[in-house]
Amino acid sequence: MQKRLVLDQQQIAIILKRFCHQLIENHDDFENTVFLGLQPRGPIVLDKIVSTIQEISGQKVPYGYLDATFHRDDFRRRDLPLKANETKVNFLIEGKKVILIDDVLYKGRSVRAALDAMIAFGRPQKVELMVLIDRKYTRDYPIMPDYHGLKVNTLESQYVSVEWAENGFEKDAIWITEKA
Amino acid sequence: MSQLSSRHLLGIKDITAEDIQLIFETADNFKEVLNRPIKKVPSLRDITIANIFFENSTRTKLSFELAEKRLSADVVNFSSSNSSVKKGETLIDTVNNILSMKVDMVVMRHSSPGAPHFLSRNIKANIVNAGDGTHEHPTQALLDAFSIREKLGDVAGKKVAIIGDILHSRVALSNIFCLQKLGAEVMVCGPITLLPKHITSLGVKVEYDIQKALEWCDVANILRIQLERQQIKYFPSLREYSLFYGVNKKMLDRLDKEIVIMHPGPINRGVELNSDVADSEHSIILNQVENGVAIRMAVLYLLAGVR
Repeated sequence: MQKRLVLDQQQIAIILKRFCHQLIENHDDFENTVFLGLQPRGPIVLDKIVSTIQEISGQKVPYGYLDATFHRDDFRRRDLPLKANETKVNFLIEGKKVILIDDVLYKGRSVRAALDAMIAFGRPQKVELMVLIDRKYTRDYPIMPDYHGLKVNTLESQYVSVEWAENGFEKDAIWITEKA
Repeated sequence: MSQLSSRHLLGIKDITAEDIQLIFETADNFKEVLNRPIKKVPSLRDITIANIFFENSTRTKLSFELAEKRLSADVVNFSSSNSSVKKGETLIDTVNNILSMKVDMVVMRHSSPGAPHFLSRNIKANIVNAGDGTHEHPTQALLDAFSIREKLGDVAGKKVAIIGDILHSRVALSNIFCLQKLGAEVMVCGPITLLPKHITSLGVKVEYDIQKALEWCDVANILRIQLERQQIKYFPSLREYSLFYGVNKKMLDRLDKEIVIMHPGPINRGVELNSDVADSEHSIILNQVENGVAIRMAVLYLLAGVR
């Protein structure tokens, strides 16, 4: 199986730090800002962002995990239904600025479902999308990230795998892999 | 695994322990949905569900209807009291007529055991058994076991006593199957006339002394005396039943441990259960009702996802 490294541990760390500085620049003291990690792979990026912001600025920001499985548009259209993950949002987003975080932006369908799911917690003032990897020219919906780590050119026959040391991998790394 | 092994829910006997775990995990997610400010998801927005009740029901029908609406399904309701069934139409004709109106799922309660199984062999829609005579009531058993899991952390290894009218109870049979599949020990307790003759063949313990049953168990699931199904007298009077098998606070105070009290409803207060127990901190009766909606959402969602 062909595998190409697109970001190594150090590059990922630099991107995450850059994200945090951009967020601090744009959201000042985060008084009216909340963070949502899109299940299943967004929360791990979110946790890193939240702890790095605290390291840099000493600020604790409200955050939660959002699962959009029940809002997806492919239910009954795929071979197996997706298994839902935990939603853990202990606050309302009414009037808040929401930073929605995921690892990879591909077709845009998960983000569309997430925007739908999010509304159950109120009407946000604004939503910003943050992703580590933006797969170029693959979108089904008109969705663009406000913050991206790296834009990559990929084929339909490839997928982007994000590996984290805390998930048992040797090091943090992001690869482009040919589908088997 | 994210798919049920069957496209119908006809009884607990027909599904696997993995199916039950999948339903529980999905119900956990739906329970969270039910605590949101907007308690609705669009998953079943292209599905039409017919609730066909040939027998009276209050909470099961309400619970199914609420679950369907929370999933954004279109819902049609049908009850035999105001239908062509009264004019002599057969079950399959009634249901086929409803299905001609492009219904995708049927939730059915019927007084004849096996009615949903018969339907599942003859029509295309997914069938959910909402109670078939004295046979099974699978969603009640699922919500009961889910409520035990929520209260005690797990069902495996727990001792559950099912007390009362076992003979006429579809809840008892489904509960026995469900609890055993999840690794619990089950005891039935009641007057000898209300226990089926060969009940031990299901691998349950039998006890006639209610105080001993309460001492043995971690959870007591107390069933309603089903007077409407009793063609003959199985005990001299309700008063006598209550004296021997009614659960009251004094009986619980005599135990050296705390037990959980359940009841599938509707309660005959003062007969099988006294108010001082039904409304006490031991009781999880209202949690059962709340969990019923989440469990039924999970069942409908997972069945709709089976292709």
